[in-house]
Amino acid sequence: MQLAKEVKYLIHKEVLLEWRSKYTINGVLLYVVSTIFTCYLSFVSLSDKLAWNALFWIILLFASINGVSKSFLQETKGQQLYSYILASPAAVLISKTVYNILLMLVLTTIALGFYTLVFDSFTPPDLLLYYVAVVLGSISFSTVFTMVSAIASKAGNGGMLMAILSFPIIIPVLILLIKLAKNAVDGLPWENSYDEIGMLLVVNVLTVATSLLLFPYLWRD
Amino acid sequence: MNKTWWKILGSVLVVYTAIAGLLLGVPRLPILNESIRNLYFHVPMWFSMIVLFSISVFYSIKSLSSKSEIDDLKAVESVNAGIIFGLLGLVTGAIWAKYTWGQFWSFDPKQNFAAISVLLYFAYLILRNAIDEEQKRAKISAIYNIFAFPMMVVLLFVLPRLKDSLHPGNGGNPGFNSYDLDSRMRMVFYPACLGWILIGYWVYTIRFRLRSIETKQQHN
Repeated sequence: MQLAKEVKYLIHKEVLLEWRSKYTINGVLLYVVSTIFTCYLSFVSLSDKLAWNALFWIILLFASINGVSKSFLQETKGQQLYSYILASPAAVLISKTVYNILLMLVLTTIALGFYTLVFDSFTPPDLLLYYVAVVLGSISFSTVFTMVSAIASKAGNGGMLMAILSFPIIIPVLILLIKLAKNAVDGLPWENSYDEIGMLLVVNVLTVATSLLLFPYLWRD
Repeated sequence: MNKTWWKILGSVLVVYTAIAGLLLGVPRLPILNESIRNLYFHVPMWFSMIVLFSISVFYSIKSLSSKSEIDDLKAVESVNAGIIFGLLGLVTGAIWAKYTWGQFWSFDPKQNFAAISVLLYFAYLILRNAIDEEQKRAKISAIYNIFAFPMMVVLLFVLPRLKDSLHPGNGGNPGFNSYDLDSRMRMVFYPACLGWILIGYWVYTIRFRLRSIETKQQHN
């Protein structure tokens, strides 16, 4: 019960901080929009739906790495110390993960909308399934990148380490996501996608469980 | 003697598989032909790698609670030894692929995922190099090692089953069980796996002892 209360307060704090500065959400939003626009200017029109799908996930991957890695890297040592005194490590990790999931859901929804607006030639016939893939993608990116950014911030060597550490871990998830999204683009019935959806959920549960087990060892210096 | 018997066993088994693997009879099959013998040299590499990486995770977990330098050294040296076997597995697979699939690297899912899982452990070693303070390095790298291990299991054992692969035993292709009707191959394959795992463990203990002498000298 104590944990739920702490998590609630910490999420409230994160959202409030973000709402005051609006730095991350606007920054990543501008990043996504300008990337999509640059892609549009260089491709003009994509010739097949595989490329359409792959390009969207690449844009999403880099946007979420930029957005989520902020969560631990941008905090100062003093801020971290303060929140660790007030709350349990599990509450800190859960609140950061939930906040990142919320942030990524907003961002990816806007990104998908803008992407289908700009590249309208291959809008998937099964938009609902595609959106399920996008939602699962935001959740998986958030859970994995939150923990990796915590590791990278403790190693004290921000950006580059974040990329090196997170790419090998995120690739299996990304492969599953692209396959699921491709099913939606091809307009296959939902039964063909249950395997991927189940695997993604299992991977997420696994990631959250190991993160929760390991974070108490990580946060203390 | 009770400390060296497994080293002798490992050496004897590896020498036996090198000779018997090249000389004993194998099933005659189209396309595969004699390249089926690669089973004795390619697959044991992956088993040894998995065993060594599991040892590494075990000592990473142990070092988180014990905070001892020895456990940390054991974890990193078993990764070092495991990576050698992973690279050998990739090379032996690529050579086999050249003669059966036509190319060294044909971007088969199994090849890609194996390469990515080796990358995972290179990332672990780079993470270690990025941190100077010893205790901090031990703690953070142990955490990354434990965090990455389930992903490696997903990469090597789960994902190749979902994708279409040319690799034997995946994507509806028959594994060696279905070729080995008279159990001739099992006579070499199982000793090969055991032998290479023992040799891999031996390599790891030697590396660990060298490393612990080095650190002892540095402290003095």
